[in-house]
Amino acid sequence: MPHKSLFQISMQTGAWLVIAFLVLPMLVVIPVSLTDHSYISLPTDGLSLQHYENYFTNPKWIEATWSSLVIGLSVAAIATVLGTAFSVGCWFLSDFWANVARWLLITPILVPPVVQSLGFYRFWVQLGLIDSMSGVILAHTLLALPYVTISVFAALANLDRRIPQAARSLGASVWTTVISVVVPAAKPGIIAGAIFAFIVSFDEIVGVLFITVRRVQTLPKLIWQGIQESIDPTIAAVATILTIITITIMIVASFRRES
Amino acid sequence: MAVRALTDRSRYWLLILPALAAMLIFYIWPLVQIFAISFTEPTTGFGNYVDLVSSRPIRTSFVITFRIAAITTIGCLVLGYIVAYTIYNTSVRFVGLMMALVLLPFWLSVLVRSFAWIVLLGRRGVVNDALMSIGLIDQPLPLMHNEFGVLVAMIHVMLPFAVLPIMANMKGIDPSYVAAARGLGASEFTAFRQVYFPQTMPGVFSATLLVFVLSLGFYITPALLGGGRVLMISEYITYQIQEFLKWGLGTALSVALLVATAAVILAAARFVNLRKTLLERG
Repeated sequence: MPHKSLFQISMQTGAWLVIAFLVLPMLVVIPVSLTDHSYISLPTDGLSLQHYENYFTNPKWIEATWSSLVIGLSVAAIATVLGTAFSVGCWFLSDFWANVARWLLITPILVPPVVQSLGFYRFWVQLGLIDSMSGVILAHTLLALPYVTISVFAALANLDRRIPQAARSLGASVWTTVISVVVPAAKPGIIAGAIFAFIVSFDEIVGVLFITVRRVQTLPKLIWQGIQESIDPTIAAVATILTIITITIMIVASFRRES
Repeated sequence: MAVRALTDRSRYWLLILPALAAMLIFYIWPLVQIFAISFTEPTTGFGNYVDLVSSRPIRTSFVITFRIAAITTIGCLVLGYIVAYTIYNTSVRFVGLMMALVLLPFWLSVLVRSFAWIVLLGRRGVVNDALMSIGLIDQPLPLMHNEFGVLVAMIHVMLPFAVLPIMANMKGIDPSYVAAARGLGASEFTAFRQVYFPQTMPGVFSATLLVFVLSLGFYITPALLGGGRVLMISEYITYQIQEFLKWGLGTALSVALLVATAAVILAAARFVNLRKTLLERG
C-alpha cells in the first residue's frame, strides 16, 4: 500500500462525499414508495405494497406507460434511420455545407425546451397535430436527432476513408458501400444513438405539456401532474421502478463491456 | 469523371436530405414563427420589446436566471473536478464503482430526480422530519420553494454535464509532466496548481459552457423546486402564455432568452473549442 498524501486523501474523501450527494437523494424514493400512508411520507407502522398495486392496476398509469413505450420506440426507430443516413452522408462529403448541416442538426440541444415547445405548439396547431401520438413522435424525433448524429459521427471518426474508397474502386455502388462497409463500421454508434433517442423521448416532459391535452398521456406527464397535486405516493412507486430498471441496465451494460 | 463525381455528391446529399428537411421544416421554421409572433401580436411593432425592457419583474427574472445558472455552474465545476481528479489521478479504491455512480444520475429521469428532492426538502419532507424528531429544530426549515432548493437540485441535475467533459480532458493528459515537476522538487500541491491544473482548463471551459447554457433555459427543476417563487425566464414565459395568453410578450421573452444563449456561446468561442464541446462529444 503506497503512502497517501494529505492532498490525495482530501480529494478522495471529497469525491466520495460528492458521490453520496449524487446517489443517496435518489434512494429516498424507495422507502417512500413502501409507505403505509395514502400521502407522500416515510412508512411509520409497517411497509405496504399498495402503491405498487395501484400503479399496476390503475388503467391511467398502465396506458400512459404503454404510450411512452410506443412513442419512445417509434422515435428510436425513426431518429436512428434518419440520423444515421444523415451522418453517413456528411461523413462522405466532409465539406463546408455538410458541416453547416451538422451544426444545424444539433440546435435542439442548445435551444431552451420552453422556447422550442412554443414553436411546436403554434406549428402543430396549424398542422392539426395537437394531442396526437404522431405529433408527439414527430417532436421527439427532432429532439432525438442530435444525439443520434453525434454518436454515429463519433463512431465514424475511427473509420479509415480508404476502406470505402477501396470498395468503390472494386466496383461497388454508393449504396452497396454505405450498406455493407460504412454502416457496419458505425454500428456501435448507431446502437448508442438508438438508446439515447429512446431515453430522450421517454423522459421528455416540456414538449408534451405544450402539444398534448387529454387524449395523449405519457408517463412523465402523469408524474408531473402527480407532483403538482403532491399527494399520491404512486409517483414514488413509479420513480422506484424507473430507478431500479436504470440501475439494472447500467450493471448489465458494464458487465457486457468487461466480458 | 466529372459527371460521376457530381452524381456521387448528389447521392450523399440524398442521404442527408430527409433529416435536414425534417429539421428545417418542423424545428427551424416554428422557431422563425416564434420570432415573427413577437413582432406581430397583439399589434405590429416593437411593443413587446418595449414592455420587456421596461418591466421590473422581467428584469428581476433575468437576474435570477443568470444568478442561478452561474452558481449552478460554479458548484458543478468544483464538485465535478474533485470526482474527475480522484478517478484519474489518485489510487482510489473501487474506481470502477465511482465512475459508474457518477454517471448513474445521467441516465435517470430529471423528473424522478427532482421528485426525490421534493420528498427530501419539503416542509414535511424527510430532512425536516428527521431534524425535528431528533429535536435539533422545532420549526421546519424553509429548504425549498426558494433559491436554495432550486440550486441544490440544479447542481444535482447538471453535475454529469460537468463531469463528462472534465473526465474526457483528464483522460488525455500525459502524467509525465507532473512527474517531471515533482522530480524537479515541486511539492504535490505546487505541481498540481502550476503544471496539472492549467492542462485541465480546456475540459473546465467545456464544462462551464455546457452547464451554463443548459441551466439558462432549464425549466423542470426550477419550476418544481421553486414552487412559483423562483421565476427563471423559462417559467416566466410559460406563465405569460398559459395564465395570461400573452403570446406576444412570451415569444419576445423567448427571443431574448435565445439571444442571451447565443451570446454566451459566441463569447465562449474565444476560450472553448465549440466543435469538441458540442459537435464531437463522445
